[in-house]
Amino acid sequence: MDRNHINRSGPGFSRREFLKGSGAAVVVGAAATSAVEAPLEAQQPATKIISAGPHTITLNVNGENKQVTVEPRVLLIDALRNDLNLTGCKDVCDRSTCGACTVLIDGKPVYACTRFAIEVVGQKIDTAESLYSPEKTDDVVTAFCKHDAIQCGFCTPGFVMTVRGFCDQNPGASEEACRRALGGNICRCGTYDGVLKAAYDTAQIVR
Amino acid sequence: MVERKVGWEPQGSHALIGGEIQRVDGKVKASGQAKYTNDINPPGTLFAKLLTAPHAHAKLVLLNIDKAKAVKGVKSVIVMAKLGDEIRYEGWPIVAIAAERPEFAEDGLRAIEFKFESLPHFVDGLDLKGAVEADLAADGKPLKLTKSLGKSEQGDVEVALKEAKHVHEGFYGVQTITHMSMEPHGSHAAWDGDHLNVALSTENVSGTSGQYVQPVGVEAMNVNVRCDFLGSGFGSKSTVDVWDVACAKLSKVTGKPVRLMLSRTTEMQIAGNRPSAFAEVTVGCDAEGNVTAWDSRHWGSNGLEGSIVGLDVTPYVFRPKNRKSIATGIATNCSPERPWRAPHHPQACAYTQTALDDLAAKAGIDSLQFFTKNLNLTSLPHIYEPELEIAAKLMDWKGKWHPRGKGAGNGPVKRGIGVALHTWNGAANQSNVTLKIHSDGSVEVVTGSQDVGTGTRTCIAQVAADTFGVSMSAVKVSLGSNQFPKAGASEGSSTIGGVTGPVRRTTQQALWKILDLVAIRHTVDGTTLAARDGKVWSGDKEICTWKQAASLIGPMGLELYGGPVTDDEGLTNHQVGGVQMAEVAVDTETGVIRIVKMVAVQDAGMIVNRLLARSQVYSGLIMGIAYSLCEERIMDNKTGRFINANLNDYKLPRIGDIGDLVVEFYEPESEYKRGVIGLSEPPVISTGAAISNAVANAIGVRVPVLPLTPKRVLDALKGAKG
Repeated sequence: MDRNHINRSGPGFSRREFLKGSGAAVVVGAAATSAVEAPLEAQQPATKIISAGPHTITLNVNGENKQVTVEPRVLLIDALRNDLNLTGCKDVCDRSTCGACTVLIDGKPVYACTRFAIEVVGQKIDTAESLYSPEKTDDVVTAFCKHDAIQCGFCTPGFVMTVRGFCDQNPGASEEACRRALGGNICRCGTYDGVLKAAYDTAQIVR
Repeated sequence: MVERKVGWEPQGSHALIGGEIQRVDGKVKASGQAKYTNDINPPGTLFAKLLTAPHAHAKLVLLNIDKAKAVKGVKSVIVMAKLGDEIRYEGWPIVAIAAERPEFAEDGLRAIEFKFESLPHFVDGLDLKGAVEADLAADGKPLKLTKSLGKSEQGDVEVALKEAKHVHEGFYGVQTITHMSMEPHGSHAAWDGDHLNVALSTENVSGTSGQYVQPVGVEAMNVNVRCDFLGSGFGSKSTVDVWDVACAKLSKVTGKPVRLMLSRTTEMQIAGNRPSAFAEVTVGCDAEGNVTAWDSRHWGSNGLEGSIVGLDVTPYVFRPKNRKSIATGIATNCSPERPWRAPHHPQACAYTQTALDDLAAKAGIDSLQFFTKNLNLTSLPHIYEPELEIAAKLMDWKGKWHPRGKGAGNGPVKRGIGVALHTWNGAANQSNVTLKIHSDGSVEVVTGSQDVGTGTRTCIAQVAADTFGVSMSAVKVSLGSNQFPKAGASEGSSTIGGVTGPVRRTTQQALWKILDLVAIRHTVDGTTLAARDGKVWSGDKEICTWKQAASLIGPMGLELYGGPVTDDEGLTNHQVGGVQMAEVAVDTETGVIRIVKMVAVQDAGMIVNRLLARSQVYSGLIMGIAYSLCEERIMDNKTGRFINANLNDYKLPRIGDIGDLVVEFYEPESEYKRGVIGLSEPPVISTGAAISNAVANAIGVRVPVLPLTPKRVLDALKGAKG
């Protein structure tokens, strides 16, 4: 999972600036921490300040540009699910811990609940839905079916996207490397054995 | 001549049944295209959220929703608790708000003014002494925390214990856990005139429409329930709950579709848990290790009701001739239990077979020998004995066994192995199906059942395709609607037997009708005909294709209704046995336990789909590892709150925590001939006892209460030192 703060913001936008300028909903929090924040603020010149009201933005999802109108506080997961009806990224934990909402942002697996929708404008977003159509089945989907890495299937798209992103970046990865890479996703039904086999298979195909 | 009798073919002669067949809905699930209740999102859908009580026991003394109603985007506010109501556990629903967007619903919740007056609470199901003291102090007032749940006695325990060569006394227990279905409970409701259309996250599609009648005020025939895909339930999703009723009401009031799914925290607080169980056990055996006496007192809590694991499963599987058990329930200010995968068996197994393992250690007998020696005290020795042999080989029990705490090496990490065994009924539920065969040879099976993750669709398609000798893709399975033929709830491992039974019978009957038409058309003896590989054969001679055969039924096609499977059909059966072995590595400095290897050998009668069946056993092992090592509902005695009600602090194993899992089916002809028996519950039962026994074998002391967290391991080691 991408933990790099520099990479986590879209072009021309910083999370810190957003928090500072996004209006009433976050004012209390920003005020409370302003004393600590100030020196850092000085080092990072403001890039953009926007209002708390709804904004019409364009998201590039699965290769298509889609317009949504959302308040700055709306998370990417909610914009995908509620505005674009791309429900493959599941809302499970409410706190960025289970990985069920994993999507690819510029090819990297990211929890969609850790980004604001307005944050990813200009970036390339891929969701699980892009991996299967009547014409084409992605290797990850095939591998998950082969190893029955699916039970109820609710966490599965998140795992699938983690595997897709990880294998693209780590062709030929070892089983141990796959195991480490999948530590950010939780399954309750108990599909881990099949998921690991499917991830390993996929990594070898990419090689 | 091909015998015309309803039933399964002899072992090894089915084309598809018993094979490793991939899920028919695997691709739509893996690609996120499968629509769960949580994903039903037609335009105009309002998003509903709940305000719940933050107290374990309190009185609602102030509630003002006026400001919430005025919040931008809020469309309707429904009060679910009245002023003055007694709140009896944390998470109790107070208000439901529907709004145009989820964030507006949250704004609405924040605008509600409320106040509670807190009342005394009791939330500790382990604290029997405290509960008894509280009852005494209440002195006749309505407070009554403890209640006797009876006593069961057979033989003469006192005499047997006196005569026993080895006697062991111990304390054991299992803490409360939650179901933690990935898809929370909830529904999407939309009215069309006086018709209510609901997408409900349910394991009980056919049995839920009637539950709307009284609370919502709707005629049963006007309720349409759907559940195409279910993000698991593990036994917790068989009812229409108060929040589902609120969702239907919000939809009625607003005239718009409304979706209300519980938040993760509320889900954990109120939508189901598996009760705790603790036991003080005295158990005795003779010089050879034959268990002669069991004496136990167990208690625990399933929430408000104060019920507990039953006497019927105490002691578990091993039933010595002389035995006595006393059960006491404790009522706590916690939400009520719901059936959790193999209800009450894992707890009973844990406190029974850990006590027996301690007795084996006291008698100085290898645990496996001890358990094997006492199989005469079980009801399925003919299954357990060969299963234990298979498991011992897969685990290399002989090579790895050492007396308790006497493993090789002087380092801080100690290895150990353990064994336990279980049983489960798994009888088929009452499911009906409609079978349609179209004149182009395509086949449809329709049933009001559901797929909770087991693979119901796949197993139905497999049986139908096998009977007709066609490919899986020629069969369409429709399920998940209460408009379809009624089918039992998916609970207690009853679904696969429940649906495959009537599908097999009905497809066989349909096949015979079609073969008779083929016989007339081609002037051959109908009883010599068989269908396989998309063709109809008389012996080795190809008569016609399946499509040609099906065309003989005419444009109307053929439709048959199949009622529930019955005991005398030979299609299904009940009562399976399984054994599990665990190998663990325990760091005695940090208390951290690592699963090295788990072996599960399971009987399930006739296996329908080996790939999916193996998944069920993996699933049991992993959920077993979860409740053995990490997951636990932690109630704070001071505040009465469930303090780890989120997926960060409620620990579940991740992919690196499960070790090497080995699954083997015990399926000799004798078991195959019994037919289909449910498989979901059994493999989760003995995992706890097997892991606990392995830990005791590793470190030389018993860690009495599951989950075996690092703290409990260190406490046990410290206690042993003195």
